[in-house]
Amino acid sequence: MITAGIDMGAKTTKAVILQDGKVLGRGLAMTGFEQKEAAEQAFSKALEQAGLAQNEIGRVFATGVGRQAAPYATNNVTEIAAAAKGSLFLNPKLRTVIDVGAEEGRAIKCTEAGKVADFAVNEKCAAGAGSFVEAMSRALELPLEKMGEMSLRSNNAVPMNAQCTVFAESEVVSLVHAKTPKEDIVRAIHDAIANRIVSMARRVGVQEVVGLIGGVALNAGFIDSLRRCLEVESVWVPPEPEYVGAIGAAVAAAEAA
Amino acid sequence: MKSNGHYPTESLKCWNKAKEIRLKYYEDFAKAHERGGLRWGGGAWALDAVVAGLGADVHLMTTEPYSASVAFNKQLSARCLEAAESKGYARDLCAYVRNYIGSILINEYAFGGPFPHLDFIFQEQLCCSQAKWYQVVSELEGGVPMFCVDLSVGPYRDLTESRLQYLVDQMQEGIEWLEKTTKRKFDDEKMFEAIHHECRSTSTWAEICCLNKVTPAPLDEKSMHSLYVLATLDKARKVVADFYEEVRDEVKDRVARGIAGVASERCRVITDTQPPWGFLSLYRYLESYGCVSVGSLYVFGLEGNFEVKPDGTWGARTTPQQKGIVFKDRAEALRVYADWNLSRPQWQHFYDPQLKTEMLLRIAKEWNLNGVILHYNRGCEGLSVGIAENRLGLIKAGIPVMTYEGNMADERDFDEPRARARVDTFMESLGLDRLTTAAHA
Repeated sequence: MITAGIDMGAKTTKAVILQDGKVLGRGLAMTGFEQKEAAEQAFSKALEQAGLAQNEIGRVFATGVGRQAAPYATNNVTEIAAAAKGSLFLNPKLRTVIDVGAEEGRAIKCTEAGKVADFAVNEKCAAGAGSFVEAMSRALELPLEKMGEMSLRSNNAVPMNAQCTVFAESEVVSLVHAKTPKEDIVRAIHDAIANRIVSMARRVGVQEVVGLIGGVALNAGFIDSLRRCLEVESVWVPPEPEYVGAIGAAVAAAEAA
Repeated sequence: MKSNGHYPTESLKCWNKAKEIRLKYYEDFAKAHERGGLRWGGGAWALDAVVAGLGADVHLMTTEPYSASVAFNKQLSARCLEAAESKGYARDLCAYVRNYIGSILINEYAFGGPFPHLDFIFQEQLCCSQAKWYQVVSELEGGVPMFCVDLSVGPYRDLTESRLQYLVDQMQEGIEWLEKTTKRKFDDEKMFEAIHHECRSTSTWAEICCLNKVTPAPLDEKSMHSLYVLATLDKARKVVADFYEEVRDEVKDRVARGIAGVASERCRVITDTQPPWGFLSLYRYLESYGCVSVGSLYVFGLEGNFEVKPDGTWGARTTPQQKGIVFKDRAEALRVYADWNLSRPQWQHFYDPQLKTEMLLRIAKEWNLNGVILHYNRGCEGLSVGIAENRLGLIKAGIPVMTYEGNMADERDFDEPRARARVDTFMESLGLDRLTTAAHA
């Protein structure tokens, strides 16, 4: 059966078409205020890439913060279950999945069967999520996509104590005024968010292999900070990590068959 | 009787009476002066049987349940919190303290009219916030006389003669202070009677909690909130002790007939501490999965008094009356009263989080739970300390745990959609789908 997963994220909506363990198509749209429209756009793109028509899709499951509003979907799974299923579909050796999206950071302990054994989620605070990095990139007047590359140029660990986006921003401004090199500030930002995520991951217990998914996994500087904070050799990152939730929803749809 | 799930269910017959007793309590407090009586303040753990020696027209208002009532009224609570914070009380203080202080500052009583001012304070100190709370209230109320009993003598299992005597001596001194402050003659017989009522109230409440060990649970936690509260208000009065015996009989009857608190029960959990009072719909959300919270350590142990029975399980503590104890004098009564209070479950983990873990593990086993929900309650330092350790202890024992952050009395610290999202994930991990009946839509 051909199945689809739609991940209605806070910032972007992703759709994936899956058949027999293979991803046939992907699509992404900015979520904005019109969630349903964003899902339709992402789904159309995925169908187009797969060369399929909507009526050829046997079952659609949704996930993400806006999953209840997803069109086409007959059922839904939580973001955490989708992250676990999608990650283990791509790498069955994973036992700890760290998912950092725009709005939330999550640490998930997985069983061999791809089920959620335990989880931790950041609370009413952006400090453990992608929006933190985005806010800091604005404070530094640096494009978001340059943050990773800039961070990797740094060899100095500058402590950043603030755990809150608002206070961190004023700390960034202070560092700028203190003539701290920009690359060191960017690394400090990534270290701060990585510290917060790792403390959540330790709550559920870090067990290798550790995987990183979600939009922030596109940031090479953050991956490096996370690896150092976790004190592991490497962190597994899939290609196109932002689609893993949608893949997980499509896997759940296939399992329900 | 109706059934929208596996089990029959029906409303509690005692429900309206519970509401009447509660409202009369707040009305009696407000109108005490009109009847020539006195008003006094103290915590939900106040040693009210002692003050009962001054007469039945001396009315107490326990401050935590009052603050919870304020929190339930979100608009009033917002005004109270704003008033307290504008006056300089920090936002990370106990949320009950801020609601209560705010209610004094804006001079609004949650049950109508201006805030009824206190004649004296007879407070106990165990929780760190309580120690300061009434000092501030005394000042705000223009120097209301205050007496404090320090209860922090360590956990009950380590109780020694000298620790018990420390508490008895303070209560002896407190009685002299009460006579001097109120210019009233203290009546030992009235105190003896009140001690018996209090022991009966708190033991019977424990018995009611134990009836929830069966499946289906005859009561759900949300309903229990409306019942346990009477012990937090006026546990030493006959009306409350008698009422709990009525409730116990009704709950026994529900057990005998298989009447469920929640018809769709298929999963049982408990919580640990106070819930976010303005968001009790979270319990109904759990029920949409067929998940019933059959109580909490807080609902059971804040006022209920338990003991380990010969078979090793928790049951209601045997009261002095049931043991045939007749008080000969004040000293003996105070010793029994001190011993009774010091064994309260909820007092134990102020000294060591491990004691809370042990109680949670016991409840998980005896109440046949599928999981535990822990509240990182930013509004209560006293009851939240050590929750991370409790979580680890439960997980180590193989019990699934969900945690969420919130605040029992400051809605700004609680994110309802995210808490529900956590419930979704927790239920999913327990293998439960949402029920689709109209009752749960």
